[in-house]
Amino acid sequence: MKHVDEYRDGRLAQVLAARIAREADPLASYRFMEFCGGHTHAISRYGIEDLLPANVRLIHGPGCPVCVLPVARIDAAIRLAGRPEITLCTYGDLMRVPGSDGMSLLRAKAAGADIRMVYSTLDALRIAAAAPEREVVFLAIGFETTTPPTALAVRLAVAKKLANFTVFCNHVLTPPAMQSILDSPDRRGLGRVRIDGFIGPAHVSTVIGTEPYEFFAKEFEKPIVVAGFEPLDVMQAILMLIRQVNDGRHEVENQYGRAVRREGNTRAKAEVAEIFELRESFEWRGLGVVPYSGLRLKEKYSSFDAERRFHVVDMPARDNPACECGAILRGVKKPVDCKLFGTVCTPETPMGSCMVSAEGACAAHWTYGRFRDHARKVS
Amino acid sequence: MSPRAYRRKLDLENGRVDLSHGSGGRAMSQLITDIFHKALDNAWLRRGNDQAAFDVAGGRMVMTTDAYVVSPLFFPGGDIGSLAVHGTINDIAMAGAQPLYLSASFILEEGFALRDLKRIADSMGAAARAAGVAVITGDTKVVERGKADGVFIATTGIGVVPPGLDLSAEKVQPGDCVILSGTIGDHGVAVMSKRQNLSFETDIISDSAALHGLVAAMVEAGGRGLRVMRDPTRGGLASTLNELAQQSGVGFRIMEEALPVRPEVAAACELLGLDPLYVANEGKLVAVVAPESAEPVLAAMRNHSLGRDAAIIGDVVADDHRFVQMMTGFGGVRIVDWLSGEQLPRIC
Amino acid sequence: MCLAVPGRILSLSGDDPIMRVGRVDFGGVVKEINLAYVPEARVDDYVLVHVGFALTIIDEAEAARVLACLREIAALEAVPVEAAS
Repeated sequence: MKHVDEYRDGRLAQVLAARIAREADPLASYRFMEFCGGHTHAISRYGIEDLLPANVRLIHGPGCPVCVLPVARIDAAIRLAGRPEITLCTYGDLMRVPGSDGMSLLRAKAAGADIRMVYSTLDALRIAAAAPEREVVFLAIGFETTTPPTALAVRLAVAKKLANFTVFCNHVLTPPAMQSILDSPDRRGLGRVRIDGFIGPAHVSTVIGTEPYEFFAKEFEKPIVVAGFEPLDVMQAILMLIRQVNDGRHEVENQYGRAVRREGNTRAKAEVAEIFELRESFEWRGLGVVPYSGLRLKEKYSSFDAERRFHVVDMPARDNPACECGAILRGVKKPVDCKLFGTVCTPETPMGSCMVSAEGACAAHWTYGRFRDHARKVS
Repeated sequence: MSPRAYRRKLDLENGRVDLSHGSGGRAMSQLITDIFHKALDNAWLRRGNDQAAFDVAGGRMVMTTDAYVVSPLFFPGGDIGSLAVHGTINDIAMAGAQPLYLSASFILEEGFALRDLKRIADSMGAAARAAGVAVITGDTKVVERGKADGVFIATTGIGVVPPGLDLSAEKVQPGDCVILSGTIGDHGVAVMSKRQNLSFETDIISDSAALHGLVAAMVEAGGRGLRVMRDPTRGGLASTLNELAQQSGVGFRIMEEALPVRPEVAAACELLGLDPLYVANEGKLVAVVAPESAEPVLAAMRNHSLGRDAAIIGDVVADDHRFVQMMTGFGGVRIVDWLSGEQLPRIC
Repeated sequence: MCLAVPGRILSLSGDDPIMRVGRVDFGGVVKEINLAYVPEARVDDYVLVHVGFALTIIDEAEAARVLACLREIAALEAVPVEAAS
């Protein structure tokens, strides 16, 4: 595939690895957080950490919208799906996320709930148009990349005058989450999480641009390099971050220029601003309550808001107390630090969302990294 | 001379299965004769008995059973009928055995279109004839609307193993070679391309095929050098390798660059966020062979129409953890783990 | 997060800007994609697609520049093909 395969060239990977090894100061240690789950996945899948020198380490951040969706919201979605008049449409990623009492959308479906997996919001609209007697609820999740598709679906629902289509909105924003991590007590107080720079999200940035990160770079004096998803993109970004640290710079650089511009996609941003507004606060699994980090539909579009139409109330729900997803999402702990990892919590029987999502740190480590632990123990 | 009873023909164009077709009466008999016997025609079925008798060859017999519940019923490159024939034959073939006979049980949903049933039966007949294997006995049941996805097919297969051949996971040893017969992911992607909400245009067709001819060629070329063979159906190559690793008590080391994957299949998997290693195949096999047998077996496979893309994809290593490791094209190493639940398309 | 895949636009249709769609070719697999967010996109452009929507047009010149840059580093590094570690 063009614009994909070229960035998976193993030979060029070796080249970048050699260059990184040469430019990384052997007396320094570099810790970079990749904010975005897609990067976590790429790093694991291609074994990028194997190609880095020992003093360059990557910390997995919370940029996995599946991972950060609180238990209470999944429970609410399951309750909605349980109502006989509702057809719940969802992306595949959410089907196995554990809610309370071991329930999940997949289990609810097995028990008879009308839950349909869709590739796109447009599929949900089609389902609504084809079945006017059903109440079709679209379970919207995702960062800024996934929000414009939901916005357009609402716009189209308005145009088609669909009376049976609503959105259960769980869209979240990247900059407030980054702020929350940088501000986190772990960082300020105990200094347990030292982050020297960020690998900025790839596709979120195609929408919001690189401009929003400029504040962070300046305020927290950390370099941020926006990187594409392919492994060579990630490695080139790491090289760029190392250079910034060595030079004492803290700027926003764009490695993913082929898809990201400073201003992002103005049309998409405008559409989102038209349909959604900020919630004062929104709870994130792992990060707790983060102010102005979540979206809801504006009053003007309330007739497409599932929370209003179905009086959705968040019932408090807690994670398994031994589940360390929270600390893992903040980069404070590693999957192997969690007592449940590999014993009670496995991809077959996930306890927390870090294990369910393909890009959750725990799932990634389980799938790609476990044997390294064994190898280290052996050698 | 008694008057002939009026016998209305089955309405194959617009007729539907109803509960009377399962009740054992005249309607059922007509359904069986006009659709199944006609399509699968052979000497046993013509006798019209509830069972089929055949002579037993000297040597070891092999038996397998399977059920087919695929949805959609018709997909590019096949349908539930041809899939049932190929799949059952393949289970037998994986023992290195020659498939002899099949049985087929049909569970039909009330309301199922006779036109579709005939299409499926005809497809089974064609697949069986092409494979040189007869469906010699069967059964038909009808369940109420909503209790079956159109049609479910359950099969049994019988075959005979050549003397001296005993393929089994416990024969696998470190140093053995792993050979794959061709491209992976074709079937799963072909089926998915027709699923609602996921549909896309593509030339990809299912690889559904009977592998016993290919296996016979491999047995001849490899003899005692053949350790074990499996066909990676549900769960894909990854699941099969993990199963083998577990059962054999060894580890595998696979080279990503050696895996044959059609570009369109790779592209479809990219689009949906799937990994071809976990996508179902219905006309492929993976074989573990002794190192000295690898080249002759590979040559025999490539000489066969179903093995043109055969490749050595890795080898067996000693590993107490029984990991399936893969050297990525990128230069790193990763584990190829068991599939957890069904692989679902993802957005993240 | 946000699996987005590049594909080439084969054809365009739809007058209403929010309903503008294109048949997009992803290396042999073709799917109909909503192009509302890339009104400047033309046939043969590569777009980045996420959940059925094109979010940006790929800048071919920039892509070529990055790859050339990487290849330059390769020439300078003269690293042997096998893994060093």
